[in-house]
Order: sequence, then structure tokens, then C-alpha cells
Amino acid sequence: MAKRIDVSGLSAYYGNHKAIDDISMTVEPRSVTAFIGPSGCGKSTFLRTLNRMHEVTPGGHVEGKVMLDDENLYGSGVDPVAVRRTVGMVFQRPNPFPTMSIFDNVAAGLRLNGSYKKSELKDIVEKSLKGANLWNEVKDRLNKPGSGLSGGQQQRLCIARAIAVEPQVLLMDEPCSALDPISTLAIEDLIGELKERFTIVIVTHNMQQAARVSDRTAFFNLAAVGQPGKLIEIDETERIFSNPSVQATEDYISGRFG
Amino acid sequence: MTSPSLTDTPPPPAGNDVHSAVSGKAVRPGDRIFLGFSRGSGIALLVIMAAIAAFLTYRSVLAISGDKANFFTTLDWNPTGVEPKFGIAVLAFGTAVSSVIAMAIAVPVAVGIALFISHYAPRRLASPLGYVIDLLAAVPSIIYGLWGALFLVPHLTGLYSWFDDYLGWTGIFAYGDGAARSLFTVGILLAIMILPIVTSVSREVFLQVPKMHEEAALALGATRWEVIRMSVLPFGRSGVISASMLGLGRALGETMAVATVLSPSFLINTSLLDPGGGTFAQNIASKFSEADEFGQDALIASGLVLFVITLLVNGAARLIIARRKEYSGANA
Ligand SMILES: Nc1ncnc2c1ncn2[C@@H]1O[C@H](COP(=O)(O)OP(=O)(O)OP(=O)(O)O)[C@@H](O)[C@H]1O
Ligand SMILES: [Mg+2]
Repeated sequence: MAKRIDVSGLSAYYGNHKAIDDISMTVEPRSVTAFIGPSGCGKSTFLRTLNRMHEVTPGGHVEGKVMLDDENLYGSGVDPVAVRRTVGMVFQRPNPFPTMSIFDNVAAGLRLNGSYKKSELKDIVEKSLKGANLWNEVKDRLNKPGSGLSGGQQQRLCIARAIAVEPQVLLMDEPCSALDPISTLAIEDLIGELKERFTIVIVTHNMQQAARVSDRTAFFNLAAVGQPGKLIEIDETERIFSNPSVQATEDYISGRFG
Repeated sequence: MTSPSLTDTPPPPAGNDVHSAVSGKAVRPGDRIFLGFSRGSGIALLVIMAAIAAFLTYRSVLAISGDKANFFTTLDWNPTGVEPKFGIAVLAFGTAVSSVIAMAIAVPVAVGIALFISHYAPRRLASPLGYVIDLLAAVPSIIYGLWGALFLVPHLTGLYSWFDDYLGWTGIFAYGDGAARSLFTVGILLAIMILPIVTSVSREVFLQVPKMHEEAALALGATRWEVIRMSVLPFGRSGVISASMLGLGRALGETMAVATVLSPSFLINTSLLDPGGGTFAQNIASKFSEADEFGQDALIASGLVLFVITLLVNGAARLIIARRKEYSGANA
């Protein structure tokens, strides 16, 4: 179910602009890894290289290796579409398919992957919505459009949609930044449950959130505006927040930066 | 409608306003002038439209009450003499058939081209292609008409004979060996004429699909075509409908090109490939200059019917769009 990610020497570009430089790290299976760092340091860019979404941006390209267990995602002959089916993603802004019902939103990925019987589909949709802690709120209106839900519900719908296809890895880019504290807590609890089954990587600007949900934390920084972002350090979350080995990390966490 | 006035005194004339800046009832002269101007032109527009409608309706009523045959079912157009007999059946049939053929050909092709430009073509190819298509929309219709009569008509006979060989038994695709100046040819020509506008509006709509909707599909492992099916087409649906309506409006009302290509007759032909038939606009254009006053009334009445048809079609399109509003991308 869950796989290890092993990144080595990864740089990503937008055209000629190098956004992240020479990043190497390991993400353990069945754990939550948080990415923190100042705005523009390349957290989202790096996250998107992990499911080959980066190259969707015109001019976006990558150097280096991302191993998912023993397969290089950037090896020749690897289909990015297949990669994205194994590495799921949740975005900063909830983006359910506005023209689809709640049910169809959750079933969307399954329908891409193959043909399911109606009853199978129903079971998986129910299981995924329960997994995303949304089932009780929507079970009576599965045929209503997903865009009619509140922001927090929409985000959980997006999580249900992502986990319905049972990915190996789940990437989340600031999944709570558009949500109120209660929805945020609901999603943090959910992340705690999901890590039993998936490898989770989450980008967040909220230090408490990183401290609460993650097992390991990676700190990114950039030397100056226009310079590529770099991985400063990655360690156990407890260590990063109590006794980081790099001064810049401590400065950032305690609010002394710039 | 009136400007807000909180006190009992009548509002002073513009320009003489000496109240303090915070009294809240100052009306600036610029606002006054603009308000007067926009209100005036709005009213003028309504008056002009009402006048046109009254004129058309009046002359149409004269025509229809003078018609000695059923105005809606008669297969003839003979408004002169003591026993004027004319009806719009042939025109309604011809207009409907040629427009349906035009839409059936143009809309899928236009959506395909628009998708190609917006989502498949490399950018270096996409913008010149879009530019050429916008240019095509500006070609005057008489040019299309001439091209249709001189190029399309002679070159379609081969295709029509082939249709006749394989589908002639349906009756609809039977073909003798006259010139291909038929409703089907008109339909093809109209399709070519409305293709640019439908393509160009659809392309705009497809380009406006929010990135996040497309990325939602991509992140689930959708191929390019699946992204189009899951995100682009649903988002663009109402835009494509509007684009098609624009095209249909042009097809319904097209005059010169149809008049140049069609060889008109007042018969309803079971075969769409054989010459004959007519459309509202073509019939008006070819008969108006030689018609006497009552003949003009008759043509005006047929024009009014075309106008009503166009209104109904537009209303139907709006209904379709509104019914799916809940599911549109607008509230995402
Ligand atoms: N689509 C793009 N085209 C060109 N440059 C981009 C694009 N997206 C991001 N960049 C650049 O790449 C760098 C990293 O951006 P990225 O979005 O990864 O930062 P981030 O760490 O996620 O920031 P934030 O915390 O604000 O989300 C920035 O310098 C940014 O300007
Ligand atoms: Mg970001």
C-alpha cells in the first residue's frame, strides 16, 4: 500500500529559472512528512515533482531522480499518467469537479482506472467518504453537486476522491489554508488516520500544524529572492522543533528571519 | 429611479449645488449628464424597437388576413392577383433543414478545432491558427456564396452520386443528376460559414477553464483526453451552447450566400440532395425588389416568423444553460 520515496539530486526549473536546487531526501512509508519554509522557497514545486505534476506547467522540467521503492519516476518509459495514479494529490484550494455530483467526484478516479460494478463503486465511495470523515454529512445528498458543499467539506471531498483510488502516496499542498479551525482539526485528525495506510507529505505554513501532524519535518529556504530554494534539513519533527541542527531552521521556527 | 433625496426641499438644479460635501445629496453635473444620456438612449432604443415591431406586425397582419390560403401550410408563394395564395411551409422546412445540417456539421468540427487550439497544439502553432480562424469570420457572406456556387456546387455532384448509390433507398439521400444547388449544399456552405465564429468563441471558453479544475483531473491520473472530458467540456458546456446559438443565428438569417447557391422552388423535396426548396431570408432577398406592396407585406410576414423562430431558439438555449446552472463552474 504505502511506498518509500527516495529523492536524489533533484532540481526543478520553470523555463530557465531554477526553482529548487539539488534536493535529496527520504520519505518513510506510513508516516507524515511536513515541508515548511518561507514563501517562494519551492515547497509546492518540490511537492509537484513527486507526482510529475511539475511538468504540466509550460516550461517546467526536472533533473535528478525520484525513486518510489525501486522505480525511478523519471526513468525513461515511465508514464506520468500512471505515476499520478499511484501518487495522489490534494491542493491548496478545494477543487471538486463542479459539474459532478458528490458521488461522481469520489468515483471519478476509479472510473478512470477501470470498470467497476455499480455495487463495488458504491462500496468504495462510501468507504472513501467515511475515510475522509465526510460520510455522515453527505450521505443523504450524494447526487447533489460537490460545489454546493462548504469549503471544509469540499476539501474533505477532495481527500476522499484522492484516497478512493488507494494511492501509494498522498501529497497535500497546504490543505487547510483555506479552512476554519474546526475543519482544520477535522483534516488533521484525518491525516493521523490516513498515515496508517498511506505515505503522506504535507506542505504547511502553520508550525503548530507541522508539529501536531508530522513525524518528520523538512525545512526549505532560499538564499535570496530569485535564487533557487534548497533543503536545509530534514529530521524527526520533535528534533526540528526543539533542537534543530541548523541555525536558520531555529530562526525560522522561532520567527526570527529576514 | 430618482436620485436619493433625504430632505424635503426639491433637489436644486445641477451646478447650483452649494451644500456641504457631506450632506449626501450632491449630484455632480457629470453624473447628471451621463444619467440623462444613458436614460435617453435607453428609451430611444425601446421606442425604435417598438416602432419596428409595430410596423412589422401591422404589415404582417395585412398580409395574413389577405391570404386566401393557409399561411402556415401552403406550398406556394403567389401574393399577386385577386386570389393571393402563399404560405411559409417550404421556407420553414428549408430553413430548418439547412440550419440543422449546418449545426450538425459545424458544431462538432468547431469544438474539435477549438480543443486542438486550446489544449493540443503547441503554442507556436496555436496562435496563428486562432488568428486565421478569426480572419475567416470576417469574410463577407457574398464571397462564401460565390465560392459555394462556383466551387462547392460542381464538386459536390460526385459525393452526392456516391450518397445516392449507397443511401439512395432512404429517399432523403436520393440524387438525380441536376446541379447540386440543394438544401444539403446550402447546409454545408452554412456550416463552413459559421465554423469560424463557433470555433473562436468555444476556444475562448476552453482557454478560461480554471487551472485548478484541470489539475484536479490530472492529479487523478487523467490523460489529456480525460482531462478534457472531466474538466474542460463540462466547464465549457454553456459557452459552447452560446457559441452554437450565435452560429445558428447566422445560419437562420443568412441571405446572400443561400440565394447565390440555392436553386429555389416552392416544393418540399423528400431528397435533400436534389435542387429546390428555399429559406426565409433567401426568399425575401430574391423576391423583395419585384414585389408590389401586398407582396412586400407577405414577405414581411415571413420575416416576422423567422424573427419569432430565432427568439424561440435563443430562449430554449437559455433554458438549457439555466437548468444546469447549479452544476456549472460558476459557483466553484
Ligand atoms: N508557474 C510558474 N512559473 C514560473 N515560476 C514559478 C511558477 N510557480 C512558481 N514559480 C517560482 O518558483 C519558485 C518557487 O515557488 P513555489 O510555488 O514552489 O513556492 P512555495 O514554497 O510553494 O511558496 P508558498 O509558500 O508561497 O506556496 C518561486 O520563485 C516562484 O516564483
Ligand atoms: Mg506553495
